[in-house]
Amino acid sequence: MSTHNIEMTINGRRHTGAVEARVSLADFLRDGAGYTGVHLGCEHGVCGACTVIVDGRAVRSCLMLAVQADSSTITTVEGLAAPDGTLHTVQQTMMDEHGLQCGFCTPGIVMTMAALTAGGKKPTEAQLLGALSGHLCRCTGYQGIRRAAQRLTATDSREIRGGEE
Amino acid sequence: MKPAPFDYVAPTSVEEACAILAEAHGGATVLAGGQTLMPLLNLRMSQPFILVDISHIAELKGIMRIDGGARIGPMTRQCEVIESSALQQHLPVLVEAVRHVGHHQTRNLGTIGGSIALGEPAAELPAAAVALKATIEVRSIRGTRNIPAAEFYLGPYMTVLEEDELVTGIRFPDWSLNHIALFRELAQRPGDFALAGMVGAMSIESGKITRAGLAWFGMGPTPMRASAAEQKLLGCSLNDIDPQAIAEIAITDTAPFDDPQASADYRLTVGTRLFANTLRDAISIREAA
Repeated sequence: MSTHNIEMTINGRRHTGAVEARVSLADFLRDGAGYTGVHLGCEHGVCGACTVIVDGRAVRSCLMLAVQADSSTITTVEGLAAPDGTLHTVQQTMMDEHGLQCGFCTPGIVMTMAALTAGGKKPTEAQLLGALSGHLCRCTGYQGIRRAAQRLTATDSREIRGGEE
Repeated sequence: MKPAPFDYVAPTSVEEACAILAEAHGGATVLAGGQTLMPLLNLRMSQPFILVDISHIAELKGIMRIDGGARIGPMTRQCEVIESSALQQHLPVLVEAVRHVGHHQTRNLGTIGGSIALGEPAAELPAAAVALKATIEVRSIRGTRNIPAAEFYLGPYMTVLEEDELVTGIRFPDWSLNHIALFRELAQRPGDFALAGMVGAMSIESGKITRAGLAWFGMGPTPMRASAAEQKLLGCSLNDIDPQAIAEIAITDTAPFDDPQASADYRLTVGTRLFANTLRDAISIREAA
């Protein structure tokens, strides 16, 4: 049972810690760094709730060890809104389109959409909906989430903040 | 839902990784992208003593053009294959197969070598390697072996890989630039394992098929090479091909089983239809072009 010193940048802040090898990135983000917006649903890569952005790509943080994420740059849902509380475009769009009810799956869905739209990228509807197939939501029936995704592909005027760029 | 304790090492060279595997005498498990291994660890279905993370070994990453083909490092992420313009141009069928592996989020970490070495019988990549006549290069402290993909798989999650061996490269030979790409799968939802699927390529010169590679996935204990159908196609011209007849030959090279998702009979029926339709569509697209 080895222990490892790790260092990563989470939401723009540097975090260090000593972790047991078996600690998942999700558990480190929640328990080690306090980012409890990372939600753990199934812990075996099915539900998508724990999705975060690691070095620019959306990944399941329950399927990555914290030690694997050493030296990486991570964004969780806490890192999306502006310091004054202005929501990230993805968050605002999800709210406008009623893309959430209980909110448990929402951080994961928002992070996938934020990764694919980072830096003003315009994914196709097929790309965005395809990526959303990696998320389960038991409340909404998906139609609100789907509308939000469609708006993120269709709109061209809003500035997309956040992500890794 | 937390893994049992293990040691973690991250070697920076193939030699170092092979030495660790040899010394562990089967107690070590290689961690590539982890997208199948992590669930197994979390569910405690796998409890290795040592996890050997190969992501810090530079020579295991990347896609290279080599003489007569492409060499893909096992640590190449699945998303990198999808984004590779070289592979889109030379081996579009491989790119199409990888698009169907897992979900967007797991393709961002999941690797080519991980899927190839795991040998899940319903997975796209092992079948693509068999169909496209790939060679799998493995190394250990005892030396290097180059194993044709068709001889690599023994059963579900069982391969000829010894406990001290590491996959260090997958070589895909080029198919002629005008080759016909074949890929289709049936799954209950996007990202689910395929209930039945096929992948393949056909090279054509002067109107005749000069080379064919075809394999099934989800249709037996390993990726199943459709050898009889490959033989039957050689020398045919496109408008001579009877897709239904070829599919009925191809299905004889399968051995599907019953599982909670589908019966063997269902897989045989749907597999034959899926194979015939894929061939028919690919031929009609080519003839229209």
